[in-house]
Amino acid sequence: MKRIIVMAVAIVSIFTYACKKEETTPVSETAGLKKVQEMANDTNTVEIYTTSGALQLGYNDVYLRIRDNATSEYAKDAAFDWMPLMHMMSMTHACPKSQVQKVAGKETLYKGYLVFQMPENASERWTLQLKYQTGGNSFTVEDTVAVPNSTRKRVTVVTGTDSKKYIIALVSPETPQVAVNDFKVGLFTMENKMSFPVVKNFAIDIDPRMPSMGNHGSPNNENLSYQSADSLYHGKLSLTMTGYWKINMMLKNADSDVLKGEAVTEENEASSLFLEVEF
Amino acid sequence: MRRIGIMLWICLLSAGFAGAQDTLPDSLFSVKLGEVVVSSKPLINYNKQSKPLSTLEEYLEQTSRVSMVKRGNYAWEPMVNSMSSERLNVTIDGMHIFGACTDKMDPITSYVDVSNLSEISVSSGQQGAEYGPTIGGAIDLSRTKHDFCNPGWSGSVDMGYESNANLFTAGAAVKYIHSRFFAAVDFMYRDAGNYKAGKRITVPFSQYTKYNLSSTLGWKLNDNNTMVASVIFDRAKDVGYPALPMDVSRARAAIASVQHLVENIAPVLRSWETKLYYNNVLHEMDDTKRPVVPIHMDMPGWTSTYGMYSKIKAEKGRHDMTFNLNAYYNQSKAEMTMYPKDTAEQIMFMYTWPDVRTTYAGVFAQDRITWNQQHILQYSASAGFHRNTVADDFGLNSLRIFYPEMNAGKNRVVLGANTSYTYRRKNMEYNVAAGYGQRAPSVSEGYGFYLFNSFDRYDYIGNPNLKNEQSIEAEAGITYKISKLKTQATVSYFHILNYIIGIPNPDVLPMTIGASGVREYKSLSAVNMVNAEWSVEYKPHPSWKTKAALTYSYGQDKQRQNLPLIRPFSFRMSLAYRIKSLELELAVDGAAKQKAYSKAYGEDLTPAYAVLNFSAGYMFFIEDHRLYLRAGVENIADTYYSTFSDWNNIPRRGRNFYVNISFAFDKKKVVKE
Ligand SMILES: [Cu+2]
Repeated sequence: MKRIIVMAVAIVSIFTYACKKEETTPVSETAGLKKVQEMANDTNTVEIYTTSGALQLGYNDVYLRIRDNATSEYAKDAAFDWMPLMHMMSMTHACPKSQVQKVAGKETLYKGYLVFQMPENASERWTLQLKYQTGGNSFTVEDTVAVPNSTRKRVTVVTGTDSKKYIIALVSPETPQVAVNDFKVGLFTMENKMSFPVVKNFAIDIDPRMPSMGNHGSPNNENLSYQSADSLYHGKLSLTMTGYWKINMMLKNADSDVLKGEAVTEENEASSLFLEVEF
Repeated sequence: MRRIGIMLWICLLSAGFAGAQDTLPDSLFSVKLGEVVVSSKPLINYNKQSKPLSTLEEYLEQTSRVSMVKRGNYAWEPMVNSMSSERLNVTIDGMHIFGACTDKMDPITSYVDVSNLSEISVSSGQQGAEYGPTIGGAIDLSRTKHDFCNPGWSGSVDMGYESNANLFTAGAAVKYIHSRFFAAVDFMYRDAGNYKAGKRITVPFSQYTKYNLSSTLGWKLNDNNTMVASVIFDRAKDVGYPALPMDVSRARAAIASVQHLVENIAPVLRSWETKLYYNNVLHEMDDTKRPVVPIHMDMPGWTSTYGMYSKIKAEKGRHDMTFNLNAYYNQSKAEMTMYPKDTAEQIMFMYTWPDVRTTYAGVFAQDRITWNQQHILQYSASAGFHRNTVADDFGLNSLRIFYPEMNAGKNRVVLGANTSYTYRRKNMEYNVAAGYGQRAPSVSEGYGFYLFNSFDRYDYIGNPNLKNEQSIEAEAGITYKISKLKTQATVSYFHILNYIIGIPNPDVLPMTIGASGVREYKSLSAVNMVNAEWSVEYKPHPSWKTKAALTYSYGQDKQRQNLPLIRPFSFRMSLAYRIKSLELELAVDGAAKQKAYSKAYGEDLTPAYAVLNFSAGYMFFIEDHRLYLRAGVENIADTYYSTFSDWNNIPRRGRNFYVNISFAFDKKKVVKE
């Protein structure tokens, strides 16, 4: 009996200790995130996070924190300006990106997105330059970032019938389910090599198919439409089973003219504009 | 001494009763309207069956109310009044058990064997509502009941061979009876290769192998109380389904029950029977043996059911009452995994039954009032609570693709009522009945996800919002009997509201390669079905007996469109000659052209056919033991044909020679039958 009481007390105290330990450390600013890499200068180290711990081809939510090298304190007053650059053999170009803003409810965490439209290779690499202000001073860090190729098409660059270049990137679902998934896509146009603004008020029709299974489709999808709240295109993507899905698309401008893509029919099994998911 | 006296008395009584039961089918007033008792006492009966070691399905097919949907040579699906599984209540000794195949390849009749059954009772419409809600009727498979009389050992060995399909049947049964205890075990093995249709055309993928083991233990607690525990293990492997794109590598069921029976509790309370049961079914469907498939797939399914019933029989004066409380909890789950040709690709997976839990609890009460053996009024009512829950979130989200608002759970109340009146006068018996019933949708109808129907070539999607199907039925019958002749005619009419059927949705693309489209389960506002039957039995001489039965069915919806699987005009005739221990029988089986077919559901015109069968039987007595021999030829003319209910017009067996031999040993004195 006595032994049982002792054990019970021990168990309870272990649990309370465990709980306390969690409480005493400050609420983690980076819960659910994994560090991709650090970029340092003499004063600061900038930590780069994503949910997966890596950058990938296509759309990336990127989280940033600035650590003071001396005090190990994290900056709460930072302002960022960033520039991703692809150093190709023949030229250099940027990619679609958002502003960097502080994450709501966090003190030291900043967030923005980058859409890498091409992967690195042996001789062509991406760099990320981060300019930031904190404590009234301006700093810069810069380093190469790894953007490996993806097995499935998460981003596509196409030229529309209007002769403009468009970049379409899958934002969500990040982890597709056999369900009606919230489908979000970013649509950008290439003004020049350094500028890729968001395209507003276009429409993207979708038709997900499984090419490995007779190219069957799925019901109750919802075409993508522009939402000003996050400047992304929202729709519904229903996936009736796991596996590889090709999401055939047709890009339409504000006048509903088809700029890119074809309808999937008996004769035409895929659109020239598509994204892919596999799970 | 006194106890022995009482026991002897009970044994004598039951022997007398059993004897009476044996003769029941021949007496005028035994066959209740719409109820057909295929056989009483052990089902393997060499005196009554032209092929005693037939499969259970072949037995069922002999009843005129029953027709069988065939997808191959194994596991035929019974239909009563042209209605199949989901509209029937198919039970084993009152136990609910659910097939684990989304494509109806394993009706529960496939999980038992004739060797452990003594009786199959087929009830029409609401007369079959005792163990649960039904629309079309019920089939209850009764296991052999043993008693504590005639202590000693007995047993039998059965062997059968059929030339067509090279079917080999072997069985054995042993029973030991003690005055307070009995134990019975039986085993049956059946192994068949591909059968040949008429004109010697081989039907590939029609093989099967089946093992069935069953055991019953009984204890007599005291003069009034008995406990019976029983188990059935059934296992089939390498079963081909030539009419379907997939086969079954393994199907198995374990069925267990414990039953307590109290008899003669009080003058009013005749018996109180309570049973607890559990069963578990596994069905593994795959296409690994098919040479050409567009995509290889596995489709396993599982069900398990926990259930109970408690049934009281009472009699007081003119009243003869039955009360039945019954409940079950069922789990049904099925998956589909498809393997892409590019092995680097992720496998494709979905739940075809999303782990659906069904809880049912219901009560049934029936009273039968008899006046002067002339007027019989019977009425019954039932009420049940039915709940479905989708337990798996993956599956629930899949279904929400079609029904975004659906809840995981759904409750229903299921009601039924029935009344019948019988009037007997001289050689005539008249019967009228009316009933009302409801049923909840089946798991496939409510929650199926892309279930491919290879008959109409549509993918079916369940619908959790379906209303209960409702049936209003009326039945009438007339029987005439004199010493040499008995004739009976019945007609039943069903007006079914919210009739559940798949309706094409042209906006949805099919999933299955080669499918024509998607059908969603919907309710047709009303359909009408009629089943009529006429039978005659004539014995001009003690050695000669001739029988004939004709059936006619009709089924159309409100727009006068034919329903699928409605039996055309069919007939069965036989002529038997019996002298001493020898019996010869010649039988013809056939149907008229099926003109009223449903094109929309993949049917086409089935031509008329008739097949001729012959059998001969002989019984030898060796001391107290019996040796039975039965041989025959089926489809003598080797006709190539298929019936209205043969899936995708798969042809039936061609000419078949068979031999059945049984040796029964018995320590008891044989009572001549
Ligand atoms: Cu199956």
